[in-house]
Amino acid sequence: MPKVIRNRRVEDDARQIVRLAEGETAETVAIPAGPVLVPLAVWQARAEELAARGDVGVWLEAAEGAELIAADLPKLAAVAVNFPAFTDGRGYSTAALLRTRYGYSGELRAIGDVLRDQFQAYVRCGFDTLQPNAGRYTDAQLEAALASLGDFSVPYQGAVDEPRPLWARAQRGVAA
Amino acid sequence: MYRYDDYDQRLVDERVAQFRDQTRRYLAGELSEDEFRPLRLQNGLYVQRHAPMLRIAVPYGLFSSAQLRTLADIARRYDRGYGHFTTRQNIQFNWPELAKVPEILAQLATVQMHAIQTSGNCIRNITSDAFAGVAADELIDPRPWCEILRQWSSFHPEFAHLPRKFKFAVNGAKEDRAVIQAHDIGLDVVKNDAGEIGFRVLVGGGLGRTPIIGEEIAAFVPWQHIVTYCESILRVYNLHGRRDNKYKARIKILVKALGIEEFRRQVEAEWAFHKNGPSTLTEAEVARVAAHFVDPAYESLPATDAGYASLLEENKPFAAWVKRNVRAHKVPGYASVTISLKKTGVPPGDITESQMELVADLADAYSYGGVRATHQQNLVLADVRQSDLFKVWQSLRDAGLATPNIGLLTDIISCPGGDYCALANAKSIPIANAIQERFDNLDYLYDIGEIELNISGCMNACGHHHVGHIGVLGVDKNGEEWYQVTIGGDQGNKAAIGKVIGPSFAAAEMPDVVTHLIETYIANRHEDERFVDTVRRIGIEPFKAHVYGNRQTEKKVAHA
Ligand code: HEM
Ligand code: SF4
Repeated sequence: MPKVIRNRRVEDDARQIVRLAEGETAETVAIPAGPVLVPLAVWQARAEELAARGDVGVWLEAAEGAELIAADLPKLAAVAVNFPAFTDGRGYSTAALLRTRYGYSGELRAIGDVLRDQFQAYVRCGFDTLQPNAGRYTDAQLEAALASLGDFSVPYQGAVDEPRPLWARAQRGVAA
Repeated sequence: MYRYDDYDQRLVDERVAQFRDQTRRYLAGELSEDEFRPLRLQNGLYVQRHAPMLRIAVPYGLFSSAQLRTLADIARRYDRGYGHFTTRQNIQFNWPELAKVPEILAQLATVQMHAIQTSGNCIRNITSDAFAGVAADELIDPRPWCEILRQWSSFHPEFAHLPRKFKFAVNGAKEDRAVIQAHDIGLDVVKNDAGEIGFRVLVGGGLGRTPIIGEEIAAFVPWQHIVTYCESILRVYNLHGRRDNKYKARIKILVKALGIEEFRRQVEAEWAFHKNGPSTLTEAEVARVAAHFVDPAYESLPATDAGYASLLEENKPFAAWVKRNVRAHKVPGYASVTISLKKTGVPPGDITESQMELVADLADAYSYGGVRATHQQNLVLADVRQSDLFKVWQSLRDAGLATPNIGLLTDIISCPGGDYCALANAKSIPIANAIQERFDNLDYLYDIGEIELNISGCMNACGHHHVGHIGVLGVDKNGEEWYQVTIGGDQGNKAAIGKVIGPSFAAAEMPDVVTHLIETYIANRHEDERFVDTVRRIGIEPFKAHVYGNRQTEKKVAHA
């Protein structure tokens, strides 16, 4: 079973990620039983059928903005944002918008090229679940990577996890 | 200047630990080359021609004697005894060893310095006026605002992987000395009619392969909202900036594609949503930061020091230096000294470790321990008493740091070019040196007057060639190094992109080309008219005619 980091712990996770293979269409692709994440196009084509299952989540591609799924958030078991490359930073803003503007409070997962060096940034932008590509990290490396969640103990600016900037939450020094 | 509290220090220390571990994992093969690259870039570490190049942040150009001494020590221990000041008011070292970089960062952290976000596709070191806080024409001190934005942008989780690099500049004076119109975001700190402080915000300027002058997106953003406003701009850019083509990924391309109206609409829509959020600044926070930038304990001095006045009369070389390298100060009896890093034959912006130590000593003795880096690649001692200027000059002169050429033709901005940079099409430093040699006669140099000559070794424009009154750009033609010339570029309040005068030149022709441009100017100028103003008035044709006319005759002569 794949491992994910959820709320700062390494856990087994059964949710399958459905990706459209060559030749498959959103209308006809087979969706396995059990918890899944389906591409936005699949959801859009079959929202009614999938919503009825109660265990379906949607994953967004980096170019697919939060607004495309905003209205459906209450029907989703999870939302994920794909990072095609860890250098594609759109997903951070998408997560921030889902959490703040659209008030999403369910599971928000970063998938794809999810690198440990960015773990803290993902969490600060509102992701609670991190799922690096299969095979990227050994189990031991993933455990070790938890340390990256604490790379910076007192970030300067507000973000989703702590909206107040440092100056608003701590007594800061004044010039000598 | 800004002094770290425990929080600032902890962040920098944690960054050292993080980068140490990243370097370890890279060297152990746990991080691939592709994965490590963006991580090291965010720490100012390039891989260049000879070795990694490390770019160290000098936030808005402000640093201290102790910090400069540490840079000297790093130059000596980890480099080849010199450093290179850049147009972003940073310093670069060209020869460190990758494995030693964590050590260098740890040493920097002991003096409140770092290399955070000095490169990579993130918000870069914020630049400002090198004379902030002391300039006679200053309206509002930009430094507290630079520091507030520095803290907001450092390790901003949402903007760590933007489509492309992102550069801020902040100005608070009448004359813009921060080139805000050539930045992704340019901020002018202003007062409105009611006397309230706010920001005029420009967006979408930048040089590089598509040079664009920034446009005004907001005439006045009240200071409380400047962080949320910038955040809104960044969010729109992060989501909608192009990522398919790195040459079209800068915010200037997005602003052009949408038009400033539509871009503004999108930013305002974003801003409306979180304008009054927790990042809205308070008076207490601004006052806390501003307290780091209060004036030193200036003495009350006569407006003109008698001894200084008579030395000016008696000593011609000193007077020449004062005329070019010393600026009026807002406080009577004080002056700001620009230390020229543009001695003929020295790569523009280069400084040796012993020179750094000398400057640090002078800063301690005569300028409250403060030093500044200018975007013209010089240094500044901002707060020198008139009565000390002569001693300062003598020390600088003995160290080869008193070339009296600030603002003149030999005060050339130049990128490192082909001698160091892996992206270069052509060398820059030897061209700068050849032009400096040609114009070594001070009287002639003074007669030419104020002029900016900027050189870049490729179209990335690190040497700001587009905004030079004369711009020189290295180009590659069938594997050979050639130089394209623009004139009429300008920075400051009337920023403009220069126009190309015609086909490019071989390196050996460059001193002649510049000579012909200057001859044309001298033949056509009105009294007290600067080179760039003559170009504005008469256009580029007369310059072109003289440069290429002469060029053909010379060729014919050569072939005869
Ligand atoms: C030696 C290593 C360097 C490398 C590899 C490098 C690389 C680049 C690249 C690729 C760009 C174009 C970016 C774009 O338009 O998107 C650029 C722009 C720039 N660089 Fe450098 N650079 C180097 C050194 C320097 C130095 C030494 C300076 C200052 C003297 C400098 C200052 C600038 C400036 C001012 C720009 C233009 C900014 C703009 O377009 O808004 N760089 N550099
Ligand atoms: S302009 Fe080109 S040659 Fe010069 S430093 Fe920049 S990238 Fe290198």
